[in-house]
Amino acid sequence: MSVSLTVLLMLAPAAASRDTCRDCHAALEGPLAKPALEFARDVHAHSGFGCASCHGGDPTQEDPALSMSRARGFVGKIVRTAVPRACARCHNDASLMHKFKPQQRVDQLTQYLTSIHGKRLAQGDTAVATCTDCHGAHGILEVRNPQAPTHPLRLPATCGRCHADTRLMARYGLATNQLAEYQASVHWEALSQRRDLSAPGCATCHGNHGATPPEVSSVAAVCGTCHALLEELFRKSVHQPLFATMQRGGCSVCHGHHKVERTSVDMLDGQKSVCAGCHEPGSPGARLAAEMGRRIRELRSALDRSDQILARAARDGMEVSEAVLRQQEGREALVRARVAVHTANLEEVLAWTKQGMAVAHATWQAGQEALRERDRRRMGLAVSLCAIALAIAGLWLKLRSVEASRPGL
Amino acid sequence: MPDNSRRALNFLLGSGIIASLASFLYPVAKFLRPPRVPEAPVNEVRVPGASQITPNTARIVKFGTRPVLLIRVNETKWRAFGATCTHLNCTVQYRSESQQIWCACHNGFYDLNGRVVSGPPPRPLDEFVVRARGDEVVIARRS
Amino acid sequence: MERAMAVQAARRWQGWLEERLGWDRVRMFLAHKEVPVHSGTAWYYFGGITLFLFGIQVATGILLLLYYRPTATEAYESVQFILTRVEFGWLIRSIHSWSANLMVLTAFIHMFSVAFLRGWRRPRELTWLSGILLLGLTLAFGFSGYLLPWNTTAYFATKVGTDLVGSVPLAGPALARFLRGGDEVTGATLTRFFGFHVAVLPALTTALLGLHLALVQRFGISTPPWLQSRGDVPQMPFVPNFLLRELMAWYLALGVLGMLAALFPWPLGEKADPFAPAPAGIRPEWYFLAAFYTLKLLPSHIWVLESEQAGLIGLGLLALWWAALPFWGVRPDGHERTRLLTGTGVLLIAWLSTFSVLGYFK
Repeated sequence: MSVSLTVLLMLAPAAASRDTCRDCHAALEGPLAKPALEFARDVHAHSGFGCASCHGGDPTQEDPALSMSRARGFVGKIVRTAVPRACARCHNDASLMHKFKPQQRVDQLTQYLTSIHGKRLAQGDTAVATCTDCHGAHGILEVRNPQAPTHPLRLPATCGRCHADTRLMARYGLATNQLAEYQASVHWEALSQRRDLSAPGCATCHGNHGATPPEVSSVAAVCGTCHALLEELFRKSVHQPLFATMQRGGCSVCHGHHKVERTSVDMLDGQKSVCAGCHEPGSPGARLAAEMGRRIRELRSALDRSDQILARAARDGMEVSEAVLRQQEGREALVRARVAVHTANLEEVLAWTKQGMAVAHATWQAGQEALRERDRRRMGLAVSLCAIALAIAGLWLKLRSVEASRPGL
Repeated sequence: MPDNSRRALNFLLGSGIIASLASFLYPVAKFLRPPRVPEAPVNEVRVPGASQITPNTARIVKFGTRPVLLIRVNETKWRAFGATCTHLNCTVQYRSESQQIWCACHNGFYDLNGRVVSGPPPRPLDEFVVRARGDEVVIARRS
Repeated sequence: MERAMAVQAARRWQGWLEERLGWDRVRMFLAHKEVPVHSGTAWYYFGGITLFLFGIQVATGILLLLYYRPTATEAYESVQFILTRVEFGWLIRSIHSWSANLMVLTAFIHMFSVAFLRGWRRPRELTWLSGILLLGLTLAFGFSGYLLPWNTTAYFATKVGTDLVGSVPLAGPALARFLRGGDEVTGATLTRFFGFHVAVLPALTTALLGLHLALVQRFGISTPPWLQSRGDVPQMPFVPNFLLRELMAWYLALGVLGMLAALFPWPLGEKADPFAPAPAGIRPEWYFLAAFYTLKLLPSHIWVLESEQAGLIGLGLLALWWAALPFWGVRPDGHERTRLLTGTGVLLIAWLSTFSVLGYFK
């Protein structure tokens, strides 16, 4: 192995200068030409690697018998079961990878072998994903390149190529609705519409090379890599140990795993309640959820009422920017109250709704005061208009008396 | 014109003019009195009760229309950053145990230079200048 | 008894001041000053009302000056401060903004009434010219003052306005740079406009106003020519008849101003953000709308000139021609060019009103 590696390394610079493989194949037609043409944009080509780096052979020879000679290491098309090891020849070698990218991970093969894909491939199932299925074979692009199939914006579609294929997944008894469900989620919305690349895709939760669905007990930890506060609160709650015994774990019990939608207070009680899935109507749990829902709705209405009165005051020309700003605090308290729901503890929710209600009350008062001030101004106007009318009346009468004695007009 | 009605007329005119002048001069007089807070806090904000902030804790201070996170690193060292997370605008908080600024919404972390350490925030926090003179602490924009 | 003593004391004070200030001459002059009485006398009040509103502008302006800050970082906030923290700040500011608009309106009315009542005839040509210049200064006051709150509408209106100035042929770009304090509207523009608004323009206005008023006193209020020929025109003593009436008019104006300021307070808007795109439908203040809309309607090229250049030249020529009214309004033989005068005046008013309305709604 290391001998052929040394040969490869010796040949690599030479390959950069003359690559008969590419020259010949580019001149052919159809599927034989495709690899050579695609390779032009491959990241390996830019680092000085050539066809022989993976396929073996002698790229300096024009004679096919020599360039594609088994004696010179030519392996031809690499079979699917051999692909991971073929790539790992370089990508698992830390000292080699350091020459090109010092920080590049070199454990991809190790991870892959732990994954469902890797395990099944080892058993001879060639239908599962290998390196080339996700990364491509000849026009391999870096993950951060928006055109790469592994780029965050394109990864779900890449996974979906197999996992949304009913015929393929039927063999394994796997569902195929994950991609469709994910595309209806807020995470995909963040990724595709807001272009927020920090939003999770398939690999974020499932891992990329060691792709495995999270175990039931670790779902909360997975969600918690971003939603750390929520995981912390959930772990403190009575739900955490209970959910660990269920078929679906942690956060996904209430939020789903792929179709994670925008949350709302309607999830607590009412028609769309997720609590009702376990807690029967009238049970302590259901009543707790209903109380939380009531308080949160109450806070939201109070904040909306304050918004309205402040808008009215602003329309009437009053300056209420400070109260409007204070409303921000109230909205934040509302968010914190909704977040506190995860503790399944009413007191925690109430702590925030009380704070929010105090803010809503204060801004409501500010709005009222603004409207009162507006009325005071109008009263002041009326007073000064009376004074002006008095003055005009006085002038008019004076004028009349002057003109009675000394006719002018 | 009889003297009485003439006097009444002058009285009416005089009082009308005086009343109207009073209704103009009263607002002007009030206007001239300096308000309790003498100027708009635009470039600088004095932090009241700053001496009560214990070392390695922080407080949110209003700077004009935006919240600013004022951190007392130790007895004499202060830092201040815009408290709005650059990811999705949640308000950040200070974590004393790790001396980092944390956003609870999606677990973003910033260091004491406002730079992103981990998590989704795309940009560092806006930095403000803090000047401490004895017990008085003033936050100002970076010019 | 006390009344007699008070009267005596007053007389002594009068005498003391008279010896030093020479008021008696002023009193004699005022006692003899007269105002012609006819169907158009009501128009005579508009000059005084404009002067009164100017006085209000100076007073409220000085009050605002105590709190306003003319830099890009602080201007908006200082106006907000006046509106929220200073007692009756909202009132002073709203009166200042409304009075500015009313003053432009009354100035135009005054100008047109003088035009139609033929108050510009010899020997009052300089009064007319100084008046036209005063109107120009009033518009300059409006334009410079509008920017001072540094809000979005003001910023972009100033941008559009100074860009148009830049289109004036030859002197345009240099003039625009002079106005803006640079190539763009920035904090430098704000400071410069502030300097114009509180120092340069008031100084020029005071000088011209002094001249204008002195000339009006010198020649008296003019009587329309069609009445002069009829013989003796009834006159009204300035003191106290016209003065009392004028005071009533001023009080009325004050009442209107108070109502506008209290019922329709002038808005603050949003702080200007030079990097934000211009909001749709940016318009200058209403008194520039007619000119603005006319320029918008012009085809992109007229002869060798671009539409703005041609338009500005046209408007400039129109203004010059109107200013030269005293010289072409009367033929060398002394007869009036009545049809030309009336026609021009009517057309001008029609153009100004229609295009202002159109400019507002388009």
